Parts: sequence; C-alpha cells; structure tokens
Amino acid sequence: MSTKTVITESQSLSQHPERTQEGDPLIRIRGVKKAFGDNQVLRGFDLDLYPNENVVIVGKSGSGKSVLIKCLVRLVDVDEGQVVVLGKSIPSLDQEELDQIRADVGFLFQGSALYDSMTVRENLQFPLRRHSQRMRGQDEDQLIQEALENVGLAHAIDLMPAELSGGMKRRIALARTLILQPKVILYDEPTSGLDPITANEIIQLILTIQRTFQTAALIITHDMDCARVISNRMVILQDGINYAEGTYTELSASKDPKVKAFFKEVQNR
Amino acid sequence: MATIPTALKNYFNQTGEISLFAWRFMREAFRRPFEFREFLRQCYIIGYNSLFLVITTGFIMGLVLTLQIRPTMIEFGAASYMPQLVGIAFVREIGPVVTALICAGKIGSSIGAELGSMKVTEQIDAMEVSGTNPFKYLVVTRIWACILMLPLLVIAADAIGLWGSFLVETTKGEVSVRLYFNRVFATLQFGDLIPATLKTFFFGLAIGVVGCYKGFHSKKGTEGVGRAANSAVVVASLLLFVIDFLAVLVADIFFEI
Repeated sequence: MSTKTVITESQSLSQHPERTQEGDPLIRIRGVKKAFGDNQVLRGFDLDLYPNENVVIVGKSGSGKSVLIKCLVRLVDVDEGQVVVLGKSIPSLDQEELDQIRADVGFLFQGSALYDSMTVRENLQFPLRRHSQRMRGQDEDQLIQEALENVGLAHAIDLMPAELSGGMKRRIALARTLILQPKVILYDEPTSGLDPITANEIIQLILTIQRTFQTAALIITHDMDCARVISNRMVILQDGINYAEGTYTELSASKDPKVKAFFKEVQNR
Repeated sequence: MATIPTALKNYFNQTGEISLFAWRFMREAFRRPFEFREFLRQCYIIGYNSLFLVITTGFIMGLVLTLQIRPTMIEFGAASYMPQLVGIAFVREIGPVVTALICAGKIGSSIGAELGSMKVTEQIDAMEVSGTNPFKYLVVTRIWACILMLPLLVIAADAIGLWGSFLVETTKGEVSVRLYFNRVFATLQFGDLIPATLKTFFFGLAIGVVGCYKGFHSKKGTEGVGRAANSAVVVASLLLFVIDFLAVLVADIFFEI
C-alpha cells in the first residue's frame, strides 16, 4: 500500500494566477474509494480546492483521474468517502439539488462533447434553457454572444460542430461551460489531441478565464507543459491515492523514487 | 467464442436489461418535464424522413404480390377475388410487418448509432451535467416518436401498396379504380384494421426501445457504435416477429380472424 508524500509548497507563485487557500474549500474530497469490479481505481483519495486556485491532477493513463472528477458531479457514484462541492455532500443530494450544484460546476470534457446535431448557438442555448430560472432577466442572445467573444469565436455561431477544428471545438465547449457562470470548472484533459500551438492557446485561454471570472479550476491532464504553466498546485494520483502534492517545481525536484520515476516517464514520452 | 451456458446467460441478461429499460420508459413517459420540441424533431426524422422509403417499398410489394399471386388465382378461376385477397394480406400482415422491418433497419440502426456515438463521445454525460435528464431527452422522445409514427407509416405503405396492386390488375385485367377499391373495402372489417393497427404501436415501441437501449449502453469506442447499430436491427427484427405472433394469437381470440 502506498503512502502519501506531502511536499511543502514554496511561496513563489509569480508565474501563476493569484490564489489563496483562505476560507472554506469549494471542493473537499476525503477518503474516496471507487472500484469497477475487481479493479480498485481509487483507494482513499483526499483533496481540497480553494477559491481562485488551479489544481492540476496528473497521473498515468488508467490511474482514475477522469473517474475522480466525474465523481464530483456524480456522473460516477463513489463507493466510499466524502465528496463535498460548494458545501453540499454530492452523494446524498436529490436530483434537483444535484442539478443546481451542476450549474455552478462547469465541466469541460476531453473530446469537447459538443452536441453533433446542434449548431454552435444551440449548443450554448442548451444549458441556458435548462437553467432558465437561474439566468432569468438576462438576454439569451447576448449571453451567447458574450460567451463566444470570450473564446474568440463569435463568427462561428451558426456553424455545426462537424465544421469546426479540434481547437475550435474545445473553445466552443469552454464557452458552453462558461455560459452559466460557474464557480468551479473541471477540465478533463483540456489539451489532449491538440497540436502544441493550439494546446498553448487553450492553456492561455484557461488562464485568462480564471483571471477574468475568478473561478477555481481542477484540471486533469497528462500534459506536463500544461500542468507546469497552469497549476498553482499539483497532485500526483498514483495507486489510487493523492501520492504527492506540491508545486510543479517542488514535485519535479522531489527525491521520492515514485515521483522521480513518474517525471522521468512523462519526460521520455 | 462464447460457450453455450455463457451465451444463454448473456441472452437472459440482455432480455432482462431490455425489459427494465422498457419499464423505465413506461415510468418516465408520462412524467414532467416533457421534451416536446425534441419529440417533434424526432417525429420529423423518424416519420417524414422514412416516408419515401416506406412508400416505395409498399408500392413495389403491391406490384410484386399481385404479379406473383395472379397466375395461381387465374388457374383456380378466382381472379376476381384478387382485390379482396391483396387487401386483407396487405392490411393484416404484409403492410405492418414489411414496414416495421424496414423501419427496424432504418430507424433502429440510426437511433442505435446516434445514441452510441453520443455515449462514446461523452455527449450524454455533457447533457447530464447541464441539468438535463438524458433518458427523458433522448430516449423517451425517440420511443414516443417511434410509437406514434410507425402506424402512420404503415397506413401510408398499405395505401400505396394497394395502388401498386391496382396498377397490375388494371394493366392485366381491365379493372376500374372504383371496382377494385370497392371490392377491397367491402372485404375489410374492423377485425382486420384494429388488430393490425394496434400491433404497429407495439412494433414502434420495440424498435424504439431496442434502438435506444443498444445506443445508450454502447461501449468500446467507435467499434461499439457499429455493434450497437447492428444489434439494434437484429434484436428489433427478431422482436417484431415475436410481437406479430402474439398479436395474431390475441386478435384470434377477440376478433375471430
């Protein structure tokens, strides 16, 4: 059984967005366990996410990163443990309460997950209409236009997803996530499948969004460049637990054999 | 390759899961919120977009059926009974079953592939996190559209099939439109129409449930989407014959066919 390695965080965060660990955490995960049949994916994962903070979770493929963030919006049910998002215990919420929490938690899916049969406008309208009470009094067209301008794609409003490039799809998905003005955004591999230039554009966009809207973000990635640029804090998910925590600089200089092996492996990839 | 006990276990597992899926549809079908806009869109896709295929096949079936049966009827000196024979055969059996099989191929595979692709690209998850019940939005609307559109498609196929049959009759045997259709309708009774129409609602239910189930539970990426589409057609087609057999049994009790 692995033990958790806590690496002290340095104070130098000048290249990263402002963040604090003050106040109550927006997300608190304690002792989360999840198994699929005999495969125990999560074995007691702990994490806190504070306001304005960008936490990146890295780990090998199949280590349970995506499962973990899906547990936060109950796309996957946890077997054991505590998942508290915005003060509410997710496993015990009824459907209506869960939908309210989901409106405050944006989710950017790995493959963008735009609805193929809808135009960009309809893709953005979809969550708005589902939460019409929340956005009451605000002009729908204006909100869509603003969301698209935030990601620099106002001209794509009437296009179908099939007409968009991978990077454009990711931006539109981000606009769809932003349109309900969430407090926390969960990113599942935001740069996967993108060329380095487009990936860098998406990273810069995520940082801009965080500064502009003061959102907290939990980012799942195996792109270490993305993790280095975007994170205030990094967590290595290994053997189903948060094996090591710290800044990118701290973790990359760690003497722990498993952390060293992890960095060596991703650098050789 | 699966052993016989494994194959049997899989068969019973799947039967149970499809039944539970159908039961979930029954529970959700009459509960708010109703996704009316999506339901209308599905009616258009399932109904209007299948119309051309259904009427073309119906017309050809009418032509072929008459061409095949006519010589035998002439041999028995019963050529004048052709309108009655074709009318009853078409309305009771050929129209509903052939149309349903075509729809199982077109609609069942399209629903299976569409939902399967939505599943593997996480569009269904995206829908769920944006506060929508994907079962209500994607499944209930599609099954309702299948249930309501299939009888209309069958009626269209029946009507066109009879016209096809008339075309052969009038070309080969100088029968007027009035005489032909008078004979067709003189023979048809409610006992022919009601069970035949009622069973098409169940055909629609079967096509919708199987297509949605296969798509909704699609796995293993793009390969799974292909499998979902394929097995949706196979299972739905098989189920149509089972429903047809049960419908004929029940109709025999109530309508003395």
